[in-house]
Amino acid sequence: MSGKSIFKKVYFSNIILGLFISLFSFTAWANEPVAAEATEHAPQQEEKFDAGKMILHHIADEHEWHFFTIGHFHATVPLPCIVYTESAGLQVFSSSNFKNEHHEEVPYQGLKLEHGKIHAENGEQVYDISITKNVASLLLSAVLLLSIFIGIGKTYKENPHRAPKGIQSLFEPIIIFVRDEIAKNNIGEKHYRRFMPYLLTVFFFIWFNNMLGLIPGGANVTGNIAVTAVLAIIAFFVTNLNGKATYWTHVFAMPGVPKWMLLIMTPVEIVGVFMKPFSLMVRLFANMTAGHIILLSLVSLIFIFENSALGIAVVPFSLFMNVIELIVAFIQAFIFTMLVSTYIGAAIEEHHH
Amino acid sequence: MELITPDFGLIFWQILVFGILFFLLAKFAWKPIIQSLHEREESIDQAIKLSEETKKEMAELKAGNEQLLVSARAERDALIKQAKEAADAMISQAKLDAQTAANQEIEKARVAFEQEKVAAVASIRKEAASLSLDLAEKVLKSQLKDKAAQEKLVSEWIADVTLK
Repeated sequence: MSGKSIFKKVYFSNIILGLFISLFSFTAWANEPVAAEATEHAPQQEEKFDAGKMILHHIADEHEWHFFTIGHFHATVPLPCIVYTESAGLQVFSSSNFKNEHHEEVPYQGLKLEHGKIHAENGEQVYDISITKNVASLLLSAVLLLSIFIGIGKTYKENPHRAPKGIQSLFEPIIIFVRDEIAKNNIGEKHYRRFMPYLLTVFFFIWFNNMLGLIPGGANVTGNIAVTAVLAIIAFFVTNLNGKATYWTHVFAMPGVPKWMLLIMTPVEIVGVFMKPFSLMVRLFANMTAGHIILLSLVSLIFIFENSALGIAVVPFSLFMNVIELIVAFIQAFIFTMLVSTYIGAAIEEHHH
Repeated sequence: MELITPDFGLIFWQILVFGILFFLLAKFAWKPIIQSLHEREESIDQAIKLSEETKKEMAELKAGNEQLLVSARAERDALIKQAKEAADAMISQAKLDAQTAANQEIEKARVAFEQEKVAAVASIRKEAASLSLDLAEKVLKSQLKDKAAQEKLVSEWIADVTLK
């Protein structure tokens, strides 16, 4: 990380601030002073700006919350590292220990940080449950969700028959939307109430984290495969643990199909059982990550072509993409919840021939 | 490849955070929210149903009133008609009575007049007869002053008698 290009030094952690940068570079930072600074600070290694590396760094998890870097100033919040190794046991320390005063990576207590992962210098297995950027963002979203919805819940409890007020009226239509359009339509009048808490939690969890990811400096939580994998595994268990006889007969012995066809049908159906949550995992991960990549790529164009005039095209287009991403944030939450409820609906469907 | 390799730490935290989130939200947020949304909808539904019923009742009441009004009107009309008929009948009866009474009077008057007339005529006749007798007497007296004339007359009368 030491031989960073000058262009990389001026990127911000997210897009909107990137847009500001492109505006800034328009007026204040002409190309010459920047170039002059580059030769001054990094004369030994004039590295080309690597958009791919920058983008992957942005969408990946990290052990500190990095907001932006200007010159030698790094606006980062160190996060707690929680690491378990067989030899040293559980260790809790700040991630700033991995950096020296020159912002270079250094080993700490036999551990070293490599490509955002903590490894032991002696090569033993490291169980890393650090509060990374994504975990911190996750906790933040949890706090946000809890404070908002428990507050709303209280208002409902106090006056259940009154019209909604304030923040309650912002979320009530969405809750009703989840209930009527997602749960009732796909699960059915009879059983939908049982799954409402799960569906609402999934919906608002995904939506809030999608939105938080769009804030400049925000983490790409729902664009992380670990997060979507857990959501998909939970969906898998909710669906299959509620599976009725009809569901399992459709999986293992599809009715109305010739016996020999079952040799093909049953494996396909069994694969389908696992494919459904797998598709949920990939869909959310890919959509959110792709959105971030597009936005970052657009901003990178300015630095790739080393031309601030490109901002004229990039700024409006980034703005447009940002608005699209706001819609995608909702749509992905909706699609995930929608699909889970169709899977649940198919699983709990009673025999009706 | 790093992008699609799930981190152990993040999986751990995601399970923990999502689990706690689900538990707390389900207990303190979703349960009261869903419950009171349901209750509110139910109460709105009931209120609407009640208002509809009241409306229906009102309409029925109104229809009843109208019917009552219509029947009252009909009754009134019938009464007026009846009264008119009675009045008409009374008037025609009175007319008829008056007519017959008048006719009777006229008849009576006529009969009386007739009687009077007959009586008058009779009395005039009687008068005329006595007058003519007087006259005849006088004439006879004057004519029969002389004997010859008396004889002539007697002879005439006798002639008449014999001729018969």
